[in-house]
Amino acid sequence: MKKSYKIDVDCPNCAARMEEVAKKTEGVIDAVVNFIALKMKVEFAEGVDEKEVMELVRRNCRKIDSDCEIFV
Amino acid sequence: MTRKQKKNLTRIVVAAIMTFSFHFLPLTGAPRFLCYLLPYLVVGYDVLLKAARGLRNGQPFDENLLMTVATLGAIALAVFSGSGDYDEAIAVMLFYQVGEWFQSCAVSRSRRSVSELMDICPDYANAETESGALERVDPSDVETGSVIVIKPGERVPIDGVVVSGESTLNLAALTGESTPRKVQSGDEIVSGSINQLGVLRVRTTKEFGESTASKILELIEDAGAKKSRSEAFITRFARVYTPIVVFAAIALALLPPVIMLAVDGAPAWRVWSYRALTFLVVSCPCALVVSVPLAFFAGIGGASRAGVLIKGSPVIEALAKTRTVVFDKTGTLTRGVFEVVAVHPDEFDETELLHLTAHVERYSPHPIAVALRAAYFRENDGCSVERVEELSGRGVRAVVNGHTVCAGNIKLMSESGAAPRACLDCHGAGVAIHVSEDGRYLGHVVVSDVVKTGAKDAIAALRRLGVKRTVMLTGDSERIAEIVAQELNLDEYHAELLPSGKVAKVEELLARENRGTETLAFVGDGINDAPVITRADVGIAMGAIGSAAAIEAADVVLMDDDPGKIAVAIRIARRCMRIVVENVWFTIGVKVLCLLLTATGLVGMWSAVFADVGVMILAVLNSARALSTRLSVV
Repeated sequence: MKKSYKIDVDCPNCAARMEEVAKKTEGVIDAVVNFIALKMKVEFAEGVDEKEVMELVRRNCRKIDSDCEIFV
Repeated sequence: MTRKQKKNLTRIVVAAIMTFSFHFLPLTGAPRFLCYLLPYLVVGYDVLLKAARGLRNGQPFDENLLMTVATLGAIALAVFSGSGDYDEAIAVMLFYQVGEWFQSCAVSRSRRSVSELMDICPDYANAETESGALERVDPSDVETGSVIVIKPGERVPIDGVVVSGESTLNLAALTGESTPRKVQSGDEIVSGSINQLGVLRVRTTKEFGESTASKILELIEDAGAKKSRSEAFITRFARVYTPIVVFAAIALALLPPVIMLAVDGAPAWRVWSYRALTFLVVSCPCALVVSVPLAFFAGIGGASRAGVLIKGSPVIEALAKTRTVVFDKTGTLTRGVFEVVAVHPDEFDETELLHLTAHVERYSPHPIAVALRAAYFRENDGCSVERVEELSGRGVRAVVNGHTVCAGNIKLMSESGAAPRACLDCHGAGVAIHVSEDGRYLGHVVVSDVVKTGAKDAIAALRRLGVKRTVMLTGDSERIAEIVAQELNLDEYHAELLPSGKVAKVEELLARENRGTETLAFVGDGINDAPVITRADVGIAMGAIGSAAAIEAADVVLMDDDPGKIAVAIRIARRCMRIVVENVWFTIGVKVLCLLLTATGLVGMWSAVFADVGVMILAVLNSARALSTRLSVV
């Protein structure tokens, strides 16, 4: 299942790192961050609770950039 | 300006004023240190915090840490040397923040102009309730088959068919074409177009999410998912660049003094640590990292304005290198609709011959029959047409007003006992329909698939762009293919191909090009050509407005069916790539220059930051150029 989320991030480098972090988060198969459109597209693994996974993604992203936001 | 941008601008101004005014105060020693610490913290506290957090989370090499190390280092040097010159550290932090501020402004500006381009999806629909009243609803709640009303000035939210009303639609946002299109009841209309004159009642044929405008938006937003080679290069570069510079800075701080110590005993620690710190300042690869994806995104946005949808930056890269363009004939270069192009009667006048031919073809659904009926529009008159027989591969026979009339090819003529006249004028790109009445030859009508207006110019435009080979593939006969190819001045044509044969031909052509530096584009209508479109380096679907299948299959989607748009797409892609290459060379070049000048001590920390920030702003502004739609005119 794929879902698109609005995000807020300041620099493109941080966006790239958010993408890396999101990809490594458990329950996420693939993630793509579009810095210009400020969108994060996440493909979830079968049967996971997307809300929980996104909470984890946000926490992991905050570790690399404290300013970033994901609107779930 | 966003709130964040305003706040940062205030911080920059406050810190600058503070630093400037402290120059007039007779401060020394510890009070001086504390006073200057104030503007430093005002302008740089977030950088320090982020650097600390980065260290704690094991993400050391980011620009925050670099800036922190560099400026704290500069402060330490000022303290230990006793010079009390804190300007340097503050200025570095100040310039860094000014750069960030400009970058943020430039990015949000481009973001805004792109989203203005993409503002094609209305956020409401006027649904008609059972009582006939109008209700404003979320378009995604409108079910397929329900009736919505579009008032003048509103954008069509969902694809559908006009039930009642007459108006003109402006499709500029979808096709780049500014001439409005007339619609009336029964016509299909696509979402994203603007209703100009009258109220339209429309029965929706798709869901909101499946409608043209939503599909286009999704496509543009997803375009970033696939990374081009240039972007992959930048990511790799950024990943190795920062650590290399950091280690080079450490080496610069340690090696020369140690060597000097070994040679003559004057290590000059301070000079070298200062140079090393400056090294750190210019080590952020920001300019590159922001400008390259921005250029691609702007290019995709600009192209969509011209009615050309490009699916992602790898496609821009491939499109820019196009050297071979392969066309499907019917529907791409020709209109795909038969028309009567000549009438050569032997006995009657032209109208009479057409009249008779149209009667014979009264019941046939064949495209040629449609063309013949269209040429004689009063076909449904009082004449009696009986005993119509379709003679497969030969034509049609019928009894019109008591006479047996045959219309078909030469074979049918000899069967009916008529002697067809060889016609010298009839080697046009058409099919001759010979007509006989009771075994007497009456003449023939020539129908033909007409070449699109602008097709010839489109081929010429491609050639001007340096496309080396233009090839046409068709399932039609050799003779028709030859004539069309000659008329359009194509380099090659291959006729009588089955769909599988087209794939094989494209593979053959692909084998001929220089892989890597040249690419092959295939242009088709996107519905019958899906296998070939997927096989080509760049698959272009034409006239795809309203066709979700075509949008799905192709790499490039031309919304209208103007073949001239192919050249436009290539030009947009080329300019976008030029901007990317400019930015890559310019930013890397200036970085390397900065590093060299810093290492040799020719440039101080200030100028290094200035150069760094300046380059970034120029690169971002350069990228935004890709958004311009100036190139959409052929």
